[in-house]
Amino acid sequence: MIWLNVIVSGVLLGGFYALFACGLSLMFGVMKIINLAHGDMAVVAGYTAVFLVPKFHLPEVWSFIVVVPLFALLGYVVQRTLFQKSIDRDPFTTLLVTFGLSVVIENLLLEIYTANAQSINIGSLIAKSWQVNNTIYVSYLSLTVLIVSVVVLAALQLFLSKTSTGRQIRAVSDDREAAQLCGTNYRHIFGIASSLAFATVALAGIAFGMYTSLDPTSGGVNLLYAFETVVIGGIGSLWGTLVGGILLGIAQQFGAHFNEQYTVLAGNILFLIVLAIRPQGLFGKKVVMS
Amino acid sequence: MSVEDLTPVDQSITVKRNQIPVAYTLGGVVALAVFFTWAPWILPASDVTILMNFFILVIMATMWNLLAGYAGMVSIGQQGFIGLGAYATLYFAIKGMDPFFAIPLAVIVCAVIAFPVTFLLFRLRGGYFAVATWVVANSAMLIIGSIAFFGGGTGHYLPGLTNLSFKVLNHDTYLAAWFVALVVVVATYILLRSRLGLVLSSVRDNEVASRSSGAKVTSTRRTVFIVAAAGCGAAGAVLAISQPFIQLGNEFNLQWAAEMLFASMIGGLGTIEGPILGCVIFFVLQQSLQNYGAWYLIIFGALAVGVAIWQPRGIWGFVRDTFHFELLPVGYRVSGAGVTNEARSAMRTVRWLRRTQKTPLEQDDKSP
Repeated sequence: MIWLNVIVSGVLLGGFYALFACGLSLMFGVMKIINLAHGDMAVVAGYTAVFLVPKFHLPEVWSFIVVVPLFALLGYVVQRTLFQKSIDRDPFTTLLVTFGLSVVIENLLLEIYTANAQSINIGSLIAKSWQVNNTIYVSYLSLTVLIVSVVVLAALQLFLSKTSTGRQIRAVSDDREAAQLCGTNYRHIFGIASSLAFATVALAGIAFGMYTSLDPTSGGVNLLYAFETVVIGGIGSLWGTLVGGILLGIAQQFGAHFNEQYTVLAGNILFLIVLAIRPQGLFGKKVVMS
Repeated sequence: MSVEDLTPVDQSITVKRNQIPVAYTLGGVVALAVFFTWAPWILPASDVTILMNFFILVIMATMWNLLAGYAGMVSIGQQGFIGLGAYATLYFAIKGMDPFFAIPLAVIVCAVIAFPVTFLLFRLRGGYFAVATWVVANSAMLIIGSIAFFGGGTGHYLPGLTNLSFKVLNHDTYLAAWFVALVVVVATYILLRSRLGLVLSSVRDNEVASRSSGAKVTSTRRTVFIVAAAGCGAAGAVLAISQPFIQLGNEFNLQWAAEMLFASMIGGLGTIEGPILGCVIFFVLQQSLQNYGAWYLIIFGALAVGVAIWQPRGIWGFVRDTFHFELLPVGYRVSGAGVTNEARSAMRTVRWLRRTQKTPLEQDDKSP
């Protein structure tokens, strides 16, 4: 029964990791950018929900109604300006730029809002849970996040396969020059992919702020989890991301079962094992990553 | 095609390494060396501390530049080796060794740990390599943190320094930082002027071509990674002595990666002088904004982002390409009428071949 508990809580945690990671996966798949500021963007989304949304007299639970569209817009703007400029140079530059951005964001949050932890107030929802049996409890919040994550991944998959814009995104991702020859404005498509990624990262940031608390440095460790999720699941595969997140969640819960100190380490070890045995990830297609 | 076929027929073309006489550069280096060795006796203690931290950052930035600027490996996990160097020093000090004598041992420990790590990390490239180095650094931190011997999360005092007065300790630590920085910069310079430097520049220009010419790309990268790990280990060891309370979050701080990256980026990647210049700019910023919290890091980071986008050669790279001026040249410069860039790079190789009297890329690289 204890192991079932480990698995259930691992799966719930995995849903959250998948939500966090799908933006990273999307940006790498389409623009070939590893956004090292990904985690910090989520923290900014959380801070926006804490500090900006109450000004609209909206309950913090509903903050995503404001923050997600705002971030979608921000994603388009950041991509068309800063990220596009660094893509035009080389992949090396995108790494330096996003890492620089990450440090700048982290320290700006520290200077403006201090190092105090902030959390998004969701009222009594935080305590409510569904009791499966004597030992297993499933909190409504975790379950909601898991469902949201599955819905987001399914919606992304549908969008990419069924709509015209989605097909253009895949075309640009496969062969940018060929897509350009067919009349696709790849910069605009990059902008749209980035705004989708930012929208999902905003959701993830808000979910994180509801789960626990946010502080300016929470971005880094979340990027680490998101990255591990993407690599374990396989690069460029959205469902792989969900499986990767769940496996990472289970590994961490497994580690935590022995000692709280081993939570993150167990995840890192799973990541390193996958890297050693199958560097393209469980559902990845290509071996070459450059 | 033999070496002789490539020899320039036109005698008006000259191939030189140094634009300014070697005696001047050497003289300058010796003068600086004398000054910095003498510095603790003529400068106030607070300035000595600042210089010490400056040299620690110079070590880190030079190592990061060797990794990223010359070998194209962007690592954001070098703080892992800084931490391991610090904790190795702590280990030897607890076992009763003088912490200063533990510095070379910490270097060896880091090099030995780096070797197996490369086999894992070299399966990834680019951004994936970058984040994977971070995962490794994070794992190293978590493992060290779970060992009670090192004080776990609370930290541990570095023993073996209590019998020294503050002044003596400050002087000794400064001298250690300065000597390690000198060794690291000189070693990097020599390394880049050697065969390894040639392989690195051929890989930078075209990896496929250099691999197919038989350049040992993977083993060269491995050597660079191990050297950089060892250098960061030395920086960590000096850092440990300078603190001297060893704390997990301090030694394995991602901020070290940020500082070394920004300093080399702003100063100029792929030049020896650039990262040192970047460290100077960093310390000027930090000292003038020391009452404004983390703003120095925000400005430094924003500056680095700006440099990466608009001036990727950095400040020193800009100086070099505009004024054709280098203090510590690692390549060759071809001058004369009508010399194209291609001819320049071919001539550099020829010159190098003549100097070493052997075919450069004779053996096959067996690793993937």
